[in-house]
Amino acid sequence: MFTFLLKRLGLVLPTFLGITILVFSLIRLLPGDPVEALSGERGMTPERYQRLLHEFGLDRPLAVQYGEYVWKALHGDLGLSTITHEPVFHEFIARFPATIELSVCAMLLALLIGLPAGIIAAVKRNTVWDYSVMGASLTGFSMPIFWWGLLLILMFSVWLGWTPVSGRIAIEYDIAPVTGFMLIDSLLASDTGAFKSALSHLILPSIALGTIPLAVIARMTRSSMLEVLREDYVRTARAKGASTVRVIGIHALRNALIPVVTTAGLQVGTLLAGAILTETIFSWPGIGKWLVEAIGRRDYPAVQGGILLSATTIIVVNLVVDMLYGVINPRIRHT
Amino acid sequence: MVEFSLTPEKPSVELPLPLAGEGGGEGLVGAPPSPLDELWRDFRRNRGAMIGLAVVIALVLAALLADVIAPYSPREQYPDAVLKAPSLTAIGGHVFVLGTDPVGRDQLSRLIHGTRLSLLIGIVSVGLSLSFGVVLGLVAGFFRGGVEFTIMRLMDIMLALPSLLLAVAVVAILGPGLTNAMYAIAIVMLPHFVRLTRAAVIGELTKDYVQASRIAGAGTLRLMFDTVLPNCAAPLIVQATLGFSTAILDAAALGFLGLGAQPPTPEWGSMLASALEFIQSAWWVVTLPGLAILIAVLAFNLMGDGLRDALDPRLKR
Repeated sequence: MFTFLLKRLGLVLPTFLGITILVFSLIRLLPGDPVEALSGERGMTPERYQRLLHEFGLDRPLAVQYGEYVWKALHGDLGLSTITHEPVFHEFIARFPATIELSVCAMLLALLIGLPAGIIAAVKRNTVWDYSVMGASLTGFSMPIFWWGLLLILMFSVWLGWTPVSGRIAIEYDIAPVTGFMLIDSLLASDTGAFKSALSHLILPSIALGTIPLAVIARMTRSSMLEVLREDYVRTARAKGASTVRVIGIHALRNALIPVVTTAGLQVGTLLAGAILTETIFSWPGIGKWLVEAIGRRDYPAVQGGILLSATTIIVVNLVVDMLYGVINPRIRHT
Repeated sequence: MVEFSLTPEKPSVELPLPLAGEGGGEGLVGAPPSPLDELWRDFRRNRGAMIGLAVVIALVLAALLADVIAPYSPREQYPDAVLKAPSLTAIGGHVFVLGTDPVGRDQLSRLIHGTRLSLLIGIVSVGLSLSFGVVLGLVAGFFRGGVEFTIMRLMDIMLALPSLLLAVAVVAILGPGLTNAMYAIAIVMLPHFVRLTRAAVIGELTKDYVQASRIAGAGTLRLMFDTVLPNCAAPLIVQATLGFSTAILDAAALGFLGLGAQPPTPEWGSMLASALEFIQSAWWVVTLPGLAILIAVLAFNLMGDGLRDALDPRLKR
């Protein structure tokens, strides 16, 4: 297990370095001047230009600049936003819980619907059930989620008036941020009205964001289940007279879930990328919306920091998923 | 990006016809079916794939004939028909079957011209990505060792970022616009083509015909492009088809975020973005461009899946 861990870490480090290089070069590859991009100022005096050039360390050799960038990044120093003049790291951390809350709910939704749907499709193979699940999941997979989010707003907010259009909670509630997760914070404040409001704000974005992972999980569960159902031990279990529910639920499902766990883990990247679109549509105050706004405002330190931190999150989650995979499936640990 | 391996197992269709090379082949009367005939025969059996193909053909026709079949110019504004709902009754002498947008342009004409853009995005980004991906993949597969390691680690880094985030990063560097969006999407898809090509090349290199060709004196370039590459085509064709759907989807997403095609270009994603504020009052400006995206993406996905199922038996044989 330890060597497996080391090997896996050995793959992570180059990836992390590669992403720092990408993000570091971003500011230097931009058309225009890096000093202007980093400070957000235009038409400054030559003295100020020289001072900022020195302040940003842009007058030093590229390798030194890169080393310093990585060193600072490792210490959480990603520069100041050119718009708010706040540290980029703080801005990211302040918005991160909103994105996590949304992503977790989307993932739960995807698992709660995707797993049973995939199992039903596999067990009732080549029936109407199977075709509907596969058709729906192919459609979900092909869905432009920004449009899907708009459709949901149109149906449930505009026509039916069931849910609010955008935001995280109704303005009349003022919940003190403890964990940063609105659902938990409102419960901690034992404010049921706020909890309901937060939940109703969360439903539509979760559906929009969870659709693609749901489709992928349903497809994966189905194919992995079909494979397992052909195995000898499933036939043996049936021959022993175990009930269908027992065969599927106990014997088949546990082994069928192994590839599904990996697939679900890999969907975390999809979730974070999808958050860019979903948060923009629903005005969800998370990192996705922040990143898009930063690009729109040419707030390059924020763009750099946002991409670096999102990518790091994804790498870490993928690493954790790989570890979990080793725990569930002992066979791959030594290979 | 649709991973080539991330899909359900293919339906195990029994092949009723005897295949060339099976059972000694003496029993076969006449010439064996050509690979294309065989592909078509397998493909035709898949109803979803045929629907996908039909829609793709319709989209291509719409794109080619956009100037002929679009009732109006995609840019002409009709000031007395702003945000009109779809209807067959004439407004000021004009019929807007799918309604008009917030500045009074005909939606149907804009959607038809949008087809042209979406397919163009698909062709350019898949074309770029495929060409560079194949070359890099061939190089990685032929020259193992350091070259391979460098190329593949680079691709791993690109794969670690979700496609849209990487595309957004690239557009942040290059600046927003349709052309840059196409480059961004091409870059995002590159690792998939490189990995597929490399894997296929490594598989082929062990085979006798490659050895024979090498002994016959074929140079490396000839081996790469003339001997090995044609035999790696099947997975690449499938991935290129699926790449079209990724390209259309990502381009629309970038357009929607204001990072791709800029208004007044009739690109589906940017059409959606500019209609955003009218969601409460005019459903058609929001639903129709998205529906166009969904139909196009679904069609290419169905076709790609069908192609995979039709090509796969050959891969395994």
